[in-house]
Amino acid sequence: MEYIYLDHAATTPVATDVKEAMEPLYKEAFGNPSSIHALGRNARFYVDEARRTIAREIHAQDDEIIFTSSGTEANNLAIIGVAYANKHKGNHLITTNQEHKSVLNSMKFLEENGFRVTYLPVNQLGEISAKSVQDSLTDQTILVSVMHANNETGVMQPIEEISADLKEHQAYFHTDVVQTFGLYTLYDDQPVADLMSMSAHKINGPKGVGCLYVNKDVQISPILFGGDQERMRRSGTEDVPHITGFGKSVERISKDKEQARDFYNVLKNTLLQALNDYEVTYEVNGTLEQTSPTIVNLYFPTISADILLTNLDMEKIAAASGSACQAGSFEPSYVLEAMYGQDSERARQSIRFSFGENNTEEEMKRTAKILSEIIIRLKGMKN
Amino acid sequence: MKENKQTKVVIGMSGGVDSSVAALLLKEQGYDVVGIFMKNWDDTDENGVCTATEDFNDVVRVCHQLDIPYYSVNFEKKYWDYVFTYFLDEYKAGRTPNPDVMCNKEIKFKAFMDYALSLGADYLATGHYAQVIEENGTYKMLRGVDDNKDQTYFLNQLTEDVLSKVMFPLGRLPKSDVRKIAKEHNLATATKKDSTGICFIGERNFKEFLSNYLPAQPGEMQTLSGVKQGSHDGLMYYTIGQRQGLGIGGPGEPWFVVGKNIEKNVLYVEQGFHHPSLYSNELIATNVNWINESVVEEEFICTAKFRYRQEDSQVTVRRLNDNQAHVIFHEEERAITPGQAVVFYDGDVCLGGGTIDEIIKNDETLNYVG
Repeated sequence: MEYIYLDHAATTPVATDVKEAMEPLYKEAFGNPSSIHALGRNARFYVDEARRTIAREIHAQDDEIIFTSSGTEANNLAIIGVAYANKHKGNHLITTNQEHKSVLNSMKFLEENGFRVTYLPVNQLGEISAKSVQDSLTDQTILVSVMHANNETGVMQPIEEISADLKEHQAYFHTDVVQTFGLYTLYDDQPVADLMSMSAHKINGPKGVGCLYVNKDVQISPILFGGDQERMRRSGTEDVPHITGFGKSVERISKDKEQARDFYNVLKNTLLQALNDYEVTYEVNGTLEQTSPTIVNLYFPTISADILLTNLDMEKIAAASGSACQAGSFEPSYVLEAMYGQDSERARQSIRFSFGENNTEEEMKRTAKILSEIIIRLKGMKN
Repeated sequence: MKENKQTKVVIGMSGGVDSSVAALLLKEQGYDVVGIFMKNWDDTDENGVCTATEDFNDVVRVCHQLDIPYYSVNFEKKYWDYVFTYFLDEYKAGRTPNPDVMCNKEIKFKAFMDYALSLGADYLATGHYAQVIEENGTYKMLRGVDDNKDQTYFLNQLTEDVLSKVMFPLGRLPKSDVRKIAKEHNLATATKKDSTGICFIGERNFKEFLSNYLPAQPGEMQTLSGVKQGSHDGLMYYTIGQRQGLGIGGPGEPWFVVGKNIEKNVLYVEQGFHHPSLYSNELIATNVNWINESVVEEEFICTAKFRYRQEDSQVTVRRLNDNQAHVIFHEEERAITPGQAVVFYDGDVCLGGGTIDEIIKNDETLNYVG
């Protein structure tokens, strides 16, 4: 039986056409984009093409895209780069307590270096209100960073509203759209935020490349220093093959966002309906209405997440939970703890399923069947 | 019996050579093997990296070599509640605990066994040097054939029921063979040093570790007749029969710890390895477990170990109520230590064991021992 992969929020397989698009860069087109000779010029052409593709997708200017090594680096650059370039305007930043670790730990670094950070707490549904951002603003606030969809729960924050509210304030708005890139129209005449982090490997592109959109009016300092690539904002020789792959994966993004969302919502609903049919006891963490179509995080009362995940893996189904420590062992999800409290069993008894373009409704039904069998067996052992 | 390939064996892997070879042997015997790393202790190094990472990385490498799946499970809370709390409580009471015995009882062969069963395992395996044999539906635990490595002392709290689901693949091997097998197969852990000491303390200074959890109360060192001989750093740092680290020298024979008085915070010391106060001839054990409960008589003669790697001694055992036992030594024993395990054997069969609680000499309880 084929493996059923339901961990696309962690990473996705590289699409065949993306892989093919990268191949020439490992062969004849191996030059350094900064070199003045023909090989260099050729490499530069590939980087410029990818940049244009991505800029077009989010309605940005080409020179507003900075390639990075990952979504993590994009988040680090956005937060630390904006803070340092704008410290003459203030030292206060606002974020939420359920952001990705690359945001939270960048904020922690800033706190250790004289900045002040407000961490807005989410409610039980995993949401913050635009008003809570508004209420936390001071004349010292220089950056607000709120992710679009959370990577563990898929819960989406009202980034459009937050962004609109900040129009009259000096603070820039950064949003991490790694989990929803390609599924929503995050722009009108320009992107919804001043800064936006994206990553290739969540959209069937290669690992090791991401980018940060930075509006041309935003002051930002580099966090990597060297040969002044990327208009002096991100030094280091461009990873041309991966950047090309990133460009190709963005090219593959559906123009019809609603249709793309529908595809994933059908998968999600098929899974949930099948779980209902098998009479599995579960609850959705967050609400289905406010959750990204590609992610659903389910609470299975009394069932330990690590035992469930291990059993699923042995049945050839890949799902995920909060996080693992470096020694591979399960740690309760801080995102779910932010929603339900530190002592909540729910943070230890929930797992995430995240869907990708190759998943089928058949796989959803089979997953529900296997899940119900595992849960029946585990409950039987307890009695 | 199911065929080996349909028999799922979950093996606890520590990242050491023993459990690596145990996994290899099971794999060679054709079992459906799943390796699991247990994380029982939360500790980080100076860079904030979890200290279990290196061991886990070794598990990853070995499992990859053996082509078996591996997972990691976190028992930190249970370990703290059942093992570490007991460990501290015993030190507070002036005794010398044995956390490995407790870890085997509560974690490896209880919590971890439950975990293995929840993954659909038929058996739980570990790299212990011990053997399980089945005779007419009865499961017995035998010493490992390598006398020097036999670990049944630490496994004395297991029960027949647990043993029926346990495999010890190394039980019939001498340690030297285990190393040899690891080298022959080029296992990533083949030349890794054996871990020493108590797992959560590792290579660290024991005194310093303990002082993080229990306040050290320095006090007087006295002879049993009350003559002051110096001062001690805190009673918990000393064990019965200890010679090193007392800091008292002078003329005559070396000094030894012979007892403790918790109320007065006094450490008793006497001169000479064979000082009479170090000797006793009976003990009362508590929390006594009989592996094959139904066949143990009310009174019988067997052999016993009072500490790990000691030669067995002849004893008579009388079972008492409340899982206690009265153990009468056929010859006087030196430096019996409260808190340590007493483990009983009939030839190579481990009968069970308990915790040394009370020590008796010539019909009188030795209160000074602690």
